[in-house]
Amino acid sequence: MSLLLGALGMGSVLALLALGIFVSFRIFAFPDMTAEGSVTLGAAVAAALLVAGHDPVTATAAATAAGAVAGTVTGVLHTRFRLNGLLAGILVMTALYSINLHIMGRSNLPLGEAQSFVTLTGSLAARFADHDGNVQFMGRAASAQDLGLFIGAAIFAGVVCAALYLFFHTRIGSAMRATGDNPQMIRALGSNDGMLITAGLALSNALVALSGALLAQYQGFADLQMGIGMLVWGLASVIIGESLTGSGKLGYLLIGAILGSVLFRLLVAVALRWGLDPADLKLVTAVFVLIALVAPGMVAQLRGRLAGGAPNA
Amino acid sequence: MLEIQGISKTFHAGTVNEVRSLRGVNLTIDEGSFVVVIGTNGSGKSTLLNAVAGTFPVDTGSIRLAGKDITRWPEHRRAALIGRVFQNPFSGTAPHLTVAENLALAERRGLSLGLGRLLPGGARERIRSGIRALGMGLEDRLDNAIGSLSGGQRQALTLLMATTLRPQLLLLDEHTAALDPRSADQVVRITDRIIARDRLTAMMVTHSMQQAVTYGDRLVMMHRGQVVLDLRGAEKSRLRPEDLLQRFEELRRADLVDAAAADMLRRRYV
Ligand SMILES: Nc1ncnc2c1ncn2[C@@H]1O[C@H](COP(=O)(O)OP(=O)(O)O)[C@@H](O)[C@H]1O
Ligand SMILES: [Mg+2]
Repeated sequence: MSLLLGALGMGSVLALLALGIFVSFRIFAFPDMTAEGSVTLGAAVAAALLVAGHDPVTATAAATAAGAVAGTVTGVLHTRFRLNGLLAGILVMTALYSINLHIMGRSNLPLGEAQSFVTLTGSLAARFADHDGNVQFMGRAASAQDLGLFIGAAIFAGVVCAALYLFFHTRIGSAMRATGDNPQMIRALGSNDGMLITAGLALSNALVALSGALLAQYQGFADLQMGIGMLVWGLASVIIGESLTGSGKLGYLLIGAILGSVLFRLLVAVALRWGLDPADLKLVTAVFVLIALVAPGMVAQLRGRLAGGAPNA
Repeated sequence: MLEIQGISKTFHAGTVNEVRSLRGVNLTIDEGSFVVVIGTNGSGKSTLLNAVAGTFPVDTGSIRLAGKDITRWPEHRRAALIGRVFQNPFSGTAPHLTVAENLALAERRGLSLGLGRLLPGGARERIRSGIRALGMGLEDRLDNAIGSLSGGQRQALTLLMATTLRPQLLLLDEHTAALDPRSADQVVRITDRIIARDRLTAMMVTHSMQQAVTYGDRLVMMHRGQVVLDLRGAEKSRLRPEDLLQRFEELRRADLVDAAAADMLRRRYV
């Protein structure tokens, strides 16, 4: 039970990361390495502010804003200075490594007794719990705190998802979608595609940093290494989400990213339980994403060959 | 009115790949004139249109449109004055957005975007009636992704997008070249109708002699980055495809003469 709730909670926190990756990778077709630095940036800023005694709302908001700044820098490097997108992201990611270290002051910053969304949820959940800290959930005893965290994170992800849905149906949000589709068209219609891309990367990294800030509170610490592999992790969630909903409609894709994140976290939890070596986790994730990206094309090719016969036969 | 004065453009200057695509082009187009642009492959037709649209900065010369010097304006700023349809049907629309969304964005061409809803109540009806006027039966496909439509349908919609807000100048770069003959004919007819209805100033590059003689009130021929023929009035309206073919043949021969002369000079002096 606690394994399940833990995976659900963590999956919901990381759903914000998946939404951020969805924005950069799917809306703008931009493989944004900045995300790996922004996760840690969000965690670092939130942790540092919480430890210094600021309230969780302020700390989390500041972390989100920091992510937006990081995304803006990548966007400006790419659109103003015509740097290759991957390279722009890698530069910012590398720079963020030092910046994050400065913010945290050391490579691992525990939150200790500091007040956070997690401690707040804990004290709220305690009101509903018995003296062991449990509540009845689906006919079983479950940690009230874990359940509360899952519900809180899920609501948070849902609200962000709805906000994104509305935003991408505004004029500027639609122009962003069009920019990812066809920047030439958006220039021909009089919008500055560079600005739209930059704004999109700011939005994406704000979401990623928000996820990092919540992750730090969830885990109880910020770690300099926590961003490594997060881009691929987010991609895996997005891809799973796409196959879950099987639709190209924006609403489904956004919900899919959340469901994909939760499902992926569950799969990982089960795999680890069955004896997957945690050291192999990133390798398995990378291979999974590779297959998911390559397989559809291979299948189509194979089908074409079977249907059309061998070209030289 | 469009005033192009002495513009030139060289790509990859100073390298072995140097191409002098425009060599001092002068062209003034009156308000409401529909100019057909023809010329051999690589003669600089697209480069001319791109220079006007601001795809790249020109090396020399100036461009004025509707009384404004737009020579140094970035592409997206010029788009407030200019509507465009490209050769490639994929270039003018955002394939994953719906027909209605694409057109709603076009209704804001050159205006600020803001956080308002893209498709507020009433927008759909307005868009639908605009599409109905194309006469292609697309008014029932407002919610289809525009990428699911045929090339001809997309070009017609791109044309509608380029002219929804009346542009000071409409640029059409072989916008029917990628279409099958029937669709090409349909799209060019719609083009002519919209230009006449809205009294637009337009430049249309075409590869089709038939289109070149049938449409427009002025014909410009480009060759090696320069305007080599400029017909209007009765000269244009009386023009037959044979006349144009003959002009092409003359130019080709002049080129051969050039090549032969250069060859002779080389043998003599080198
Ligand atoms: N963006 C560019 N970069 C390099 N060369 C270009 C570019 N655009 C056009 N050219 C070159 O300029 C010449 C004229 O091309 P273009 O204007 O496209 O001819 P066309 O009359 O067929 O439209 C060609 O030699 C072409 O290769
Ligand atoms: Mg051309």
